[in-house]
Amino acid sequence: MTDLTSLTLAEARKGLADKTFTSLELTDAHLSAIEKARLLNAFVLETPDQARSMAREADAKLAKGEAGPLAGIPLGIKDLFATKGVRTTACSKILGNFVPTYESTVTSQLWRDGAVMLGKLNNDEFAMGSANETSCFGPVGNPWRREGNNTTLVPGGSSGGSASAVAALLCMGATATDTGGSIRQPAAFTATVGIKPTYGRCSRWGIVAFASSLDQAGPIARSVRDSAMLLRSMAGHDPKDTTSVDIAVPDYEAAIGKSVKGMKIGIPKEYRLDGMPAEIEKLWSEGAAWLKAAGAELVEVSLPHTKYALPAYYIVAPAEASSNLARYDGVRYGLREQGKSITELYENTRASGFGAEVRRRVMIGTYVLSAGYYDAYYLRAQKVRTLIKKDFEDCFAKGVDAILTPATPSAAFGIGEKGGADPVEMYLNDIFTVTVNMAGLPGIAVPSGKDAQGLPLGLQLIGRPFDEETLFSLGEVIEQAAGRFTPARWW
Amino acid sequence: MSTATHKLLKGATGDWEVVIGMEIHAQVTSNSKLFSGASTAFGGEPNTQVSLVDAAMPGMLPVINEECVRQAVRTGLGLNAKINLRSVFDRKNYFYPDLPQGYQISQYKSPIVGEGEVLLELEGGKTATVGIERLHLEQDPAKMLHDKLPSQSLIDLNRCGVALMEIVSKPDIRDAEQAKAYVTKLRSILRYLGTCDGDMEKGSLRADVNVSVRKPGAPLGTRCEIKNLNSINFIGQAIEYEARRQIEIIEDGGKIDQETRLFDANKGETRALRSKEEAHDYRYFPDPDLLPLEFSQSFVDELKAKLPELPDQKKARFVADFGLSAYDASVLVAERESAMFYETVLDRLANRVRDAKMAANWVINELFGRLNKEGRDITGSPVSSEQLAAIIDLIGEGTISGKIAKDLFEIVWQEGGDPRALVESRGMKQVTDLSAIEKVVDDIIAANPDKAAQVKDKPQSLGWFVGQVMKSSGGKANPQAVNELLKSKLGV
Repeated sequence: MTDLTSLTLAEARKGLADKTFTSLELTDAHLSAIEKARLLNAFVLETPDQARSMAREADAKLAKGEAGPLAGIPLGIKDLFATKGVRTTACSKILGNFVPTYESTVTSQLWRDGAVMLGKLNNDEFAMGSANETSCFGPVGNPWRREGNNTTLVPGGSSGGSASAVAALLCMGATATDTGGSIRQPAAFTATVGIKPTYGRCSRWGIVAFASSLDQAGPIARSVRDSAMLLRSMAGHDPKDTTSVDIAVPDYEAAIGKSVKGMKIGIPKEYRLDGMPAEIEKLWSEGAAWLKAAGAELVEVSLPHTKYALPAYYIVAPAEASSNLARYDGVRYGLREQGKSITELYENTRASGFGAEVRRRVMIGTYVLSAGYYDAYYLRAQKVRTLIKKDFEDCFAKGVDAILTPATPSAAFGIGEKGGADPVEMYLNDIFTVTVNMAGLPGIAVPSGKDAQGLPLGLQLIGRPFDEETLFSLGEVIEQAAGRFTPARWW
Repeated sequence: MSTATHKLLKGATGDWEVVIGMEIHAQVTSNSKLFSGASTAFGGEPNTQVSLVDAAMPGMLPVINEECVRQAVRTGLGLNAKINLRSVFDRKNYFYPDLPQGYQISQYKSPIVGEGEVLLELEGGKTATVGIERLHLEQDPAKMLHDKLPSQSLIDLNRCGVALMEIVSKPDIRDAEQAKAYVTKLRSILRYLGTCDGDMEKGSLRADVNVSVRKPGAPLGTRCEIKNLNSINFIGQAIEYEARRQIEIIEDGGKIDQETRLFDANKGETRALRSKEEAHDYRYFPDPDLLPLEFSQSFVDELKAKLPELPDQKKARFVADFGLSAYDASVLVAERESAMFYETVLDRLANRVRDAKMAANWVINELFGRLNKEGRDITGSPVSSEQLAAIIDLIGEGTISGKIAKDLFEIVWQEGGDPRALVESRGMKQVTDLSAIEKVVDDIIAANPDKAAQVKDKPQSLGWFVGQVMKSSGGKANPQAVNELLKSKLGV
């Protein structure tokens, strides 16, 4: 029998349905892979007992023919999702050993459809980071290494654990969240597929909040089809999240293999950055050529406010974060560092519980919302946001079906290589992805090639609101043309 | 905008005018909290009415309670205010354990209700209008318990997240009496609407009062805010004290510092809590967890159509339909329960047109007087509206006199029972049989020949005879018949 961990989710689904193997076997294969891959530090909590018990349940249902669409499929869960009875920390010391009494809507829908939880995945602390280096559990290793070089690289972030685990075949898919690129950038760094759906497509209920108006859950998977299957279970209206939208969830898988003939693909000229590596340029042209070959029409489009997106993002996101993180005060749950007064308790707890990057963003956010600065920063950033949104609307109004861009300005880099002296160096990782969050649009990152050092690179497709289906159709074309990429095992 | 003459305060340098604006926090009557499904019942064991949202657990999100929105709109309509079809919830950020989220969800720039007004009735039949600046919805914080443990404070999250309406007045109030009248009237309107129980003892209604002083006609002075007053009397006392304090400072050559103050009810004085410089920077911004609150005009119209009759309308109707004096009408409508009681009495009267005014007198003088004496309110009245209506019927139809009716009222108050049956069984019926009265009149005249002789010179002594006859008849003789008989017999 082939190694069960190397199957795609779609293949595993068939194997389970055909009784070629059981969910317990599939789950055990992954649990064993996780055990052997602890060097990657992708999982912050392994839940083998729960995994096996869920797998047995799935097997029973499969036997009775009552199986849900994800029955018996073992998944990893980003530690930002509250899991009932299972420690949830957002990879922050401040949550300590917090065990929720509730299950996030997104994960409860996965369990409803029969999926199996293998454990909780590492991420940047409170999803603040682009390299998974800010986690209180330490950095995550990227299964990919430069050819002939043993330096451990970052998997990107903040969903670094999710991307690394999927790429290293530790789980068949993973939940992730994306506030400025946290699904798409790590997917691009690890040759996995990651989709951030339209804002409001997935419920945010039970997901530790970073920046509420930008946060959105989505899957990281081994193929475009797998990501479509996962998103179908994760998405849907939730009355407990008033920003979630009441639109029926389509059968995303049906979009896979659909013709893209006649679709109009926008190539935004503002994304052609000065000093952009030639490899990225080449990848982008190649992607365009593949889509053209499949019958799509390419048009140059303009998104004139793109250059303001990153600075505006780094005002809006920290502003919301500074308020969202105020609840971690040492009073009701998580870490408490005593003090002589309530103010001292707050100060001691938050100074000790939050890492440097979180503290930096809380301070930036507090500053931009302060009296006298609000208009100059927060309000102005919101205006920029409206303009960015309008850029996209204008573009779609001209008949453009989707926009093609690189997913990242570079391939993965070494742990500790970036952002040490200047945090902006790290923030620039999100240059192609933040606009999508600012506009609330869906975006998918699809592996598209490798750089000269053998590291994976990805392309991003941006769609109209709630038109994830077009992204799956186009993503499939790229995946078919570029092929799939698997790292050589070194861990 | 005040149209009434108001009290000026005398200082060493002449008269001073007090300028007052108020922020009333009124707890919304609803079964569950503003953004969570937890119960709002008062008096539960600490921390038993707390949802995951109230405790600000990670990943929890607020969902607006539509009933609280309806209550705010009803209240806005009751204040003749502009209803904003689109409003926005903002976060007001500050750290304190009574605020688990680290922010209060409130409405800052775009409140649900805009400008309105409240009509005040003052002593001597004068009126004044107080403008309403706005009304917005916000979350109540939790309750801190500081006296249970020696070195730590405890927290009860039951109240945390209950909906409050903050009703902000314009600085239209000019003295303590007007301030008290304003809160009384506002509370009455809220109770009529059923949007707040107005119970100040339970903290359902609390007031922050802004006070400044100026020479009449001068620009506004610097104001101080007195926080969290929870009785109408304290509001009056705090304003009197604070205005005097400010006048003394200014007259002594000092200036007022803008600050927040607390009222110490035991000492009857206000004292500084924090200065303007120490004020929080709340870093308001629109709550990204909540979409702007939007509803249609027809939603408002539907609520408007179902609004109950409010005190001003009811008063006008009592005056127009029953000929009550404006004063009596306003006493009856001041509390919803009193007005309801009066109207139930009216509904039960045999002849409403004839006796409505008498019923008003009885409710106001006999019933309210007796209730006040015993410190009870109308809902705990031992005399029911049915019983009172029967007593008034008995007077109106001439079966008993007003004097006997007072005795009957007392019996019903003490012992209960059907007034008509009591009149029968205890022989309280008014004697209208002229021959029976005539006999008593003759007996009294015969027994007092000296006095009878004097009546012609001193007609006012007729009253003495009337009294004697009434006494002798046990009060049951028809006073009018007695009067007439005596006059004719004594030749007056």
